[in-house]
Amino acid sequence: MSLIKPLLRAPLSAQFGLLVIVLYILVALFAPVLAPFGETEVVGEGFAPWGGQFLLGTDNLGRDMFSRLVYGARNTLGIAFLTTLLAFAVGGFCGLVAAIRGGWIDQGLSRLVDILMAIPQLIFALLILSVVGTNATSLVLVIALLDATRVFRLSRAVAMTVVVQDFVEAARLRGEGLWWLVSREVLPNAAAPLIAEFGLRFCFVFLFISALSFLGLGIQPPTADWGSMVRDNAVLITFGDISPLLPALAVALITVSVNFVVDWVLHKSSGLKEC
Amino acid sequence: MTMSEKPLLEIRDLHIEGHYQDAWHPLIKGIDLTLQRGEVLGLIGESGAGKSTLGLASMGYVRDGCRITGGSVRFDGQELVGAKPEALRTLRGLRIAYVAQSAAASFNPAHRLIDQHVETAVRNGGIDRVRAEAEAVELYRVLRLPNPEQIGQRYPHQVSGGQLQRVMTAMAMACHPDLIIFDEPTTALDVTTQIEVLAAIRDAVKTYGSAALYISHDLAVVAQMADRIMVLRHGKLVEEADTRSMLDAPQQDYTKSLWAVRSFRTEPKPCPQQATPLLEVRKASASYGHQPVLQEVSLKLHRGQTLAVIGESGSGKSSTARLITGLLPPTAGQVLYDGEALPADYRQRSKEQLRRVQMIYQIPDTALNPRQRIVDIIGRPLSFYLGLKGQALRQRVAELLEMIELDPALYMERQPRELSGGQKQRICIARALAAEPQLIICDEVTSALDQLVAEGVLKLLNRIQQQLGVAYLFITHDVATVRAIADEVLVMQRGQVVDHGSREAIFTPPHRDYTGLLFSSEPEMDPDWLDRLLAKRALTSTVQTV
Amino acid sequence: MNSLCKLLLQRLALGLLSLFAVSVIIFLAVGMLPGDVAQAMLGQAATPETVAAFRAQLGLDLPPLTRFGHWAWQLLHGDLGLSLANQRPIAELIGARLGNTFTLALLAALVSVPAALLLGMLAALYRNSWFDRLLNTSALSAVSFPEFFVAYILILVFAVKLNWLPSISNLAPGASFAEVLERSLLPVLTLSLVVIAQMMRMTRAALINLLASPYIEMARLKGISQARIIFHHALPNALAPIINVVALNLAYLVVGVVVVEVVFVYPGLGQLLVDSVAKRDIPVVQACSLIFAATYILLNTTADVLSIASNPRLMHPKG
Repeated sequence: MSLIKPLLRAPLSAQFGLLVIVLYILVALFAPVLAPFGETEVVGEGFAPWGGQFLLGTDNLGRDMFSRLVYGARNTLGIAFLTTLLAFAVGGFCGLVAAIRGGWIDQGLSRLVDILMAIPQLIFALLILSVVGTNATSLVLVIALLDATRVFRLSRAVAMTVVVQDFVEAARLRGEGLWWLVSREVLPNAAAPLIAEFGLRFCFVFLFISALSFLGLGIQPPTADWGSMVRDNAVLITFGDISPLLPALAVALITVSVNFVVDWVLHKSSGLKEC
Repeated sequence: MTMSEKPLLEIRDLHIEGHYQDAWHPLIKGIDLTLQRGEVLGLIGESGAGKSTLGLASMGYVRDGCRITGGSVRFDGQELVGAKPEALRTLRGLRIAYVAQSAAASFNPAHRLIDQHVETAVRNGGIDRVRAEAEAVELYRVLRLPNPEQIGQRYPHQVSGGQLQRVMTAMAMACHPDLIIFDEPTTALDVTTQIEVLAAIRDAVKTYGSAALYISHDLAVVAQMADRIMVLRHGKLVEEADTRSMLDAPQQDYTKSLWAVRSFRTEPKPCPQQATPLLEVRKASASYGHQPVLQEVSLKLHRGQTLAVIGESGSGKSSTARLITGLLPPTAGQVLYDGEALPADYRQRSKEQLRRVQMIYQIPDTALNPRQRIVDIIGRPLSFYLGLKGQALRQRVAELLEMIELDPALYMERQPRELSGGQKQRICIARALAAEPQLIICDEVTSALDQLVAEGVLKLLNRIQQQLGVAYLFITHDVATVRAIADEVLVMQRGQVVDHGSREAIFTPPHRDYTGLLFSSEPEMDPDWLDRLLAKRALTSTVQTV
Repeated sequence: MNSLCKLLLQRLALGLLSLFAVSVIIFLAVGMLPGDVAQAMLGQAATPETVAAFRAQLGLDLPPLTRFGHWAWQLLHGDLGLSLANQRPIAELIGARLGNTFTLALLAALVSVPAALLLGMLAALYRNSWFDRLLNTSALSAVSFPEFFVAYILILVFAVKLNWLPSISNLAPGASFAEVLERSLLPVLTLSLVVIAQMMRMTRAALINLLASPYIEMARLKGISQARIIFHHALPNALAPIINVVALNLAYLVVGVVVVEVVFVYPGLGQLLVDSVAKRDIPVVQACSLIFAATYILLNTTADVLSIASNPRLMHPKG
């Protein structure tokens, strides 16, 4: 009950966003059921038109566009989610510990992050990928590590606002250990901004992976992935065919939706303090 | 002044609402107010009474998230509710001026004081800049600011808080307004600084004959400034009378209880001189970075006693508390508990050493984890130090809640945000007691509370001391609190102990220099107090200069 | 002024230090990461002897410190080394492209910075109006779009459907300025759209945050006009946050160039970088990364210095 009420009161954009997110998750979960053809199955001529057997035509190699879009949801969303999760586990934990412990741990981690963040993220990713090669595992690890620096900064900043409060000092003076401070005192009070940030970081990672794939340096063929689907079929655009824009639209739609929801959550959590 | 004269400000049946938690709530519930030319009206009330909202409304202004839902505000015959922004702009600054609580936050950090001072006069008042600046210097002189010719050339952060508050008063007077709203203008200042500002404000109001609304939670302050007083509560008028009769014979129960707050006194307890003190600090010094904050501070506290540490901001009283708890390790000296030296850093102290010294904080809102239930908050020290579990733990939490006069059945499962400020502070007391300590450090525990609530907390602390024999180290800036509860008193100034002794000895004249200054600066419930004090000080300073 | 100078010097030193740290990382990244570059580049068929010879040619058999010293020494003399793919000097490869990329970024900055600041201020001024809401929702959408999506939509509309502009921006050497401008228009527009949205949102947030401060309320209660409150009271204090917003987005612009260059086949540094990553032409990747990172650090340091200089507390110290 308590969950449904704010949803009904939410602005249209947030409701729309939530609907799209749920839809995407369902598509990702039930991809094999929804897709009429296999992910990498060559089923006809290249660049077949829309309609008939192939709802949205076929791609440059003659694979069903609709099926690949559906599988793309699973692959792209899955990898982005995994990466964000990893970035939060590493960056979030380090940020909280740095804020609570302070001293040389905080100094050391903060300076390290400062230096890592002095290199633009895309450039850094390209640099590392050029050496370790582009495969899914290294993609996830590299982006998660780079993104963890941003998560570290935010979670440290959020935790700092909690750590300076007297109830944390009271817990310290009681003699509580690090685990209690992190899990019981700081994390529950830092959760709201961190969850919102998770949404934003997910969008960022998602766009980032799509951009890398678009550049041919992300998720590698024949795996269906929205970024590389745009790249593979881009030639069609010069003939006025919008098929290659569909995967790009799919990327845009989910990021817009997540952003709408995050915007609403942030507005709501800040609005409560007014007056 | 005759009653037939048209009033300067006339507020009728004013209603204002504020928006929070997704709904509109009434803040002002039908208030009438009449102010004649040249009259000073005091608005008194606790937090949430609607004083500031009413003060701003008399300028036709409401803050974001608030709205006027009914009634009228007439200034010199002109209706301000629903008036056009342009019409209001020509009144504000020129005919009605505002003095805010925090001058440090209310001056724009990017501009010189003089530029901000003359802004309204030059842009809206059509006064040329040279004349406006000359008048500003004259006002600075009237308000007894040091170096009146140059002070305007400074930026806000280059001027001290008390001086800045006087500059702001001068700025309000720049266009000789008919009405000035003073919104708690001395609340953020130390008592010794407050005197100068109060005197300056009163002089200026008298010199220029402005009418004023003086808003404050401090009755003694308002008594010095106002001809007439209105007492507000929950957005409604409780009582209204001229200052003297209001002080001498309040009519309503609420007003009487406000007046009676300052009469609470604990029974003095004899001090065992020979025994080992429970807590002793020996010549401790400490610093933040290179900034020394404590210099050779020594103190002794015996079992079951209350030691009050009093001082103004920057005196080192809170640093003393941090030193004792081990949050601020000393650079020299030591802390002894029951004759044994405590490790300087709290991280080196044993669980048992930590258990014996508990702490209660100034602001109960930040002292309680908002994500935990009351039973978890009070229960944690019980399980952590004493190993209580399950039913035994709940039983003990219930006992503690009863001790602080809160019904266990009602409050056990609640979260802090469902409690009032006073109730939260009681929970903090229960949490400290749960550890079964022999010493509790109370850091300004009543400063953030309204007077009536604060008195309730003091009485509770006193009762607990009588029952359990716990000792208090009571840190405060408030002379009245010290007078109410201390057995022993320590006066601090600039990181040093400047005076100490029993309550009786400290409060009996003659006082040492700083103690005397501090005590005499504490406003009294007597409309003539400020006059007498200023006359006395003028006399001594003349004697000194001669 | 003394403390101000000290702070500024500190920032500059910090900038230099991070530049050094970054060049160490960029260089050492190659040596420390798993995977043998020589092996990867020559393919599985290569004999151990060829791999060893190739490693010697790359200098991978020398100790890391010697290699770094050598690399840095050459770098300081403007020698970026040779490309592995075609054995041409990297400086030569980069030369013209560097100019192209900076032209693109500069044009985009000239369009986006004034537009974003203006829109941000207007949105803050008319906060919660339909204008503000519309602007916000569109900005939020624009931020969420991948750059290649925006780019292809622009191509579809302006190049394919309307046929006003070329869909690719391959610049011939010695092209006239008008030609360059025409060919760069779509890439510039793509970059600007994304950056304007971001910058406008941040400007609005910074201003609104400021408009809630007590001294703005005081200015209102002094009867100051709304326009003067925004420009005289809010803006001088908003300088520091706005400078940071601009710097952050310019830095983003320089990086965002990479994707846009690939879409429009624009002969810039970004495209070279992407090609070299695919070919694993490590020295070229290193050189490009260093240039991008140096620009990024330069922008951030400039922003730091400017925002310190705009702080009245530091410009007019106490006492």
